[in-house]
Amino acid sequence: MNNELPPGLALQKVDERIMTLNVGPQHPGSGHMRIIVQIDGDFIVACDPDPGYVHRGEEKMAEYRNYITNIPHLERPVIHDSCNILYPYVLGVEELLGIEVPERAKYIRVIASELNRCVYTMYWLAIYGIFLGHSTMFMWPAGDRELLIDLLEKMTGARVTHAHFVPGGVRNDLPPNFEDVCLRQVNYFEKRIKEYAAIFYDNPILIARTANTGVLSRQDAIRLGTTGSVLRASGVDYDLRKKEPYDVYDELDVHSNVMKEGDSYARSKIPWLDMLESCNIIRQALQKMPKSGSVRVKLKPNPKGKGLDSVYKRVESGRGSLGCYIVSDGKPEPYRLKLSVGSFRNLIALPYLLKGEKLGNMPAVYWSLNYWPVEADR
Amino acid sequence: MSVIAPNFKFSEFVKSILDNVFWILLIFVLIGLPAVFIILFYIEMPVINGELLTPFLALTWLADPSRTLPILKAFMTTDLFKIAAFPGFGFAALIAAGTIFIERKMLAKLQLRVGPFYCGKFEGILQLMGDGLKLISKEIIIPAKADKPIFWAAPILFVATAAAFVALIPVAPGWVVADVDVGLIAVFAIIGFFPIITILSAWSSNSKFPFIGGIRALHQMVSFEIPLILSLLGVVILTGTLNLSEIVASQSNFPWIVFLPIGAIIFFITILAELERIPFDLPEAESEIVAGWLTEFSGMIYGLVQLGTYLKLYAFAALFVVLFLGGWSGPMIWPPFPEEIITDGIVMGPITAKIPGLPVFSQEMLNSVLWFIIKTVGVIFFILLPRGVFPRIRIDMLLSLGWYKLIGLAFVNIFIALGLLYAGVLGPGGIL
Repeated sequence: MNNELPPGLALQKVDERIMTLNVGPQHPGSGHMRIIVQIDGDFIVACDPDPGYVHRGEEKMAEYRNYITNIPHLERPVIHDSCNILYPYVLGVEELLGIEVPERAKYIRVIASELNRCVYTMYWLAIYGIFLGHSTMFMWPAGDRELLIDLLEKMTGARVTHAHFVPGGVRNDLPPNFEDVCLRQVNYFEKRIKEYAAIFYDNPILIARTANTGVLSRQDAIRLGTTGSVLRASGVDYDLRKKEPYDVYDELDVHSNVMKEGDSYARSKIPWLDMLESCNIIRQALQKMPKSGSVRVKLKPNPKGKGLDSVYKRVESGRGSLGCYIVSDGKPEPYRLKLSVGSFRNLIALPYLLKGEKLGNMPAVYWSLNYWPVEADR
Repeated sequence: MSVIAPNFKFSEFVKSILDNVFWILLIFVLIGLPAVFIILFYIEMPVINGELLTPFLALTWLADPSRTLPILKAFMTTDLFKIAAFPGFGFAALIAAGTIFIERKMLAKLQLRVGPFYCGKFEGILQLMGDGLKLISKEIIIPAKADKPIFWAAPILFVATAAAFVALIPVAPGWVVADVDVGLIAVFAIIGFFPIITILSAWSSNSKFPFIGGIRALHQMVSFEIPLILSLLGVVILTGTLNLSEIVASQSNFPWIVFLPIGAIIFFITILAELERIPFDLPEAESEIVAGWLTEFSGMIYGLVQLGTYLKLYAFAALFVVLFLGGWSGPMIWPPFPEEIITDGIVMGPITAKIPGLPVFSQEMLNSVLWFIIKTVGVIFFILLPRGVFPRIRIDMLLSLGWYKLIGLAFVNIFIALGLLYAGVLGPGGIL
């Protein structure tokens, strides 16, 4: 069977009991992708995720733009987490060009990246809420997200697509009096998300519904190559902020949240715990940050790499490890750029988790994988 | 001259009205007048000052205002008024519209947002009217492979069944459309129709997601009908009657919820499941099966189904009030009618008008209706509330809840009722 048709197009002769459902791409519970689900009664017998509906060729586009003009388009795959997706690229370019970043800029990056992680996770949590039919959990995170978006707007000038990280530091210094405002808003934000426990995470119906569904064991999580919250929910303590600290994470006290259950409930709770941890990190960073100093190294126009060279950097994004591999051949443009995103790695686990589950568990398991379709397609 | 926004010309406006005035008059004469006269022949005309008002004299109310109220009052005693307006469809539809408004604003407050705001001057109160106009103006799309007659008939049957349910609800003493002695059995019969209509509409649309939704609805409704019926047996045992008006009358001292709280709780949970409301909205679970059995409905067909759903919600809430909360009974809070208006007449400038036929409704009736509405709206509020608090549950959890827990509890409730009856505390010949 060498020339097989793509999944979903092939005519399959199946048992008469089995019905094939095309969940997506025009389905309220799919996102920009399609999941081909075969069900026998209420049980899923096979599942085939079919991403690729929002492929934009980000990697190829990067080969035609120089290191600076690559910044605004590379953040497009995850505009809610735009600082984190630029982070490995910026770190890599700095190593290629041999730039030393000022200390204050490193702290500002950490603050922006943690704020952005919270903004992304709130959006993710809102959709998780509405996938489970909990409309209050859709509205509350979507509203409370505004707190941090306002903060990021003060910081970077844009609400979602910040383009704030540049090789050599960050684009702008913080506005005056930012530290106080940030501390106040982050404290209030922490108080708000702690209230979510009462209505969502401690809700007996939610626990009964998501506990012990889509269980991913520790061995399977490692073998399938999942990252981020999915991996940590299965009991593997692997957080790049602790394992491979970049910028100033080694000077901060980072606690990585781990749960042993590996079910949908654990996978949905880890991002929430991460948000609380992000608030801690932001407070520490605000305290340790140098109060003044340069935030950006002045670059020459059109900076070039030094000959044939390659670099791979990765950071912990909202969806797990996010890597960027850059090959330079001494020209102003990268010779090749490859993004390795957490979303796509976590999607691989979906067919294994959904097999044998009930159809009603599909949204809960699917979205607990912390998957962002646009990022996976790049 | 722009095609999109042509300039307004008064002469053309007048001309367009004059073009149509012939048709307006013709339709009024051919349909409107006969309809009015059919209604006038139908109602029993009152006698005023020794003169029987014939239908032909009835139009004199236009000249003589003192004849307006007696004719109106005569109309209110007809069955047509009961079916179309007061305890029947119009009243229920009004409460259903109020329910939608309350639901939107209450959920908005719960979810820290504003809700409907712009349509209508006050808090978006005309939003529902806007939605209705939108639904009416939309094209009705029917799937090519649908079974068209059933697909068309199912929404209409749904509304008709819900309206039949409404007809059984006694709102005030004597104010009920169908006062049947086997009222509760009739209620069970009507509830039994809903799963049939749901599976018909789901199957006839010949599409996968509605089919799954219809099967789910069938499972849910059938398995929750049994605890629903069993939970009401306690009330029937204690009152010894199936007539809903008599059940209300038996609660003049205390509502049954005092003695049968378990039955009331079971009935409330089964109401949520029968109405497909969160946390039991599996047949419409949008993240799993798009909109469930409503997926292929569009335009006013969808609007009809929504209307039926909210009529059903009102009817179930009213049934809860009738069976467990004492229906219309409550202390007298309606102010008495000022009798001097009848004896002395109303002074309007130079003349004093004496209006026979006032008051239109008696004080007891208005008080009963007020209590009924207060209690019903309270129950509706508690039916709406879980939508903001709970996530959706799964079909296996739902079935185990229905078959294991609720049925067992319903038997406990029946034993409590039997105990109260044989101990001689309640029921026919009881102490209380």
